[in-house]
Amino acid sequence: MSTARVIVPDRARKGETFEIKALIGHSMETGFRKNAEGDAIPRDIVTRFSCRYDGEDIFVWELHPGVAANPFIAFHAVATRSGDIELVWLGMNGFEHRERRRITVVG
Amino acid sequence: MQPAPGTFTQTTSRRTLLAGATALLVVHSTPVAADPAEMREAIRAAVGDAPLSEGRVHLDIPALVENGNSVPLTIRVDSPMTHADHVTSIYVFSPENPLPSVSRFILGPRNGLAEVKTTIRLATTQILHVVATMSDGSRCLATTEIEVTTAACFDPT
Repeated sequence: MSTARVIVPDRARKGETFEIKALIGHSMETGFRKNAEGDAIPRDIVTRFSCRYDGEDIFVWELHPGVAANPFIAFHAVATRSGDIELVWLGMNGFEHRERRRITVVG
Repeated sequence: MQPAPGTFTQTTSRRTLLAGATALLVVHSTPVAADPAEMREAIRAAVGDAPLSEGRVHLDIPALVENGNSVPLTIRVDSPMTHADHVTSIYVFSPENPLPSVSRFILGPRNGLAEVKTTIRLATTQILHVVATMSDGSRCLATTEIEVTTAACFDPT
C-alpha cells in the first residue's frame, strides 16, 4: 500500500489563496528500462491526480513517465467554505489512493 | 587445444559474462530521445496551431543538475485567475526524453494563483518547453535549457 504526505492548512480566511502540497510513494516505472535479463520492465505509473474542494475538481494533473518517482505536486486554492479537501491519485494496474483533509474557512 | 570460438573456459561463469555484457551496454547505450518533430507534433496536438506568445510563463528550474532523475520545477503564469481571465492548462514538454509529454495541469479561477511545483525526469541536457493556455484562447510559451550531467534512467540498460 502506498503512503502519501499531504500539507493543507487547517484554517484559512475566506477569499484567501492557500497552498496544497502532496507527495505519494510510487516508483513511476517508465516502461523504458530493462532488467538484468534484458527484458523490458513494464510501465507502471500514476496517471491522474485530482483535488476536489467545495463541489468541484479545482485542480487536475495528468502524469506521464517523465514525472519523477514519488510524484510531488504543489498548487493553490482559494478558500471558499469550510469542508473537506479530497485528493485522489489513479494509476496503472488499478492503483488508487485517496486522502481527505478538513479546512475551516473563517471570515 | 584451443577452445572453439564462442566457447569459454570453466573459470568464467555465465553470470560474470552477463554482468560484463550489461556493463558494455550501459557504456554504449544512448537515450532514446524523442524526435524534435515529434515534440512539435505533441505541442500542436495539445494546444493547436495558434501562435505562441512569450513573456507570461515563468520557469524556475536549476540550469545545471547532477542527476536527471528528480529535478524540481516551478511554473508560474502571470494571470489574475478570475472567471473572466484565467489559465486553463499548463503543459510541460521535454524534447530529449523518450516521450515529449511530461505533464498537463488543469487549472481554473478556483486556484487563485497560477503556480505549480513538481519534480520531473530529464534524460539528458535539453530545452524544456512549457505552454500555458488561457481562457481567452491565447497560448504562451516559455523555454529554458537544463544541463544534465547524469541522465535519468530512461535508456534501456
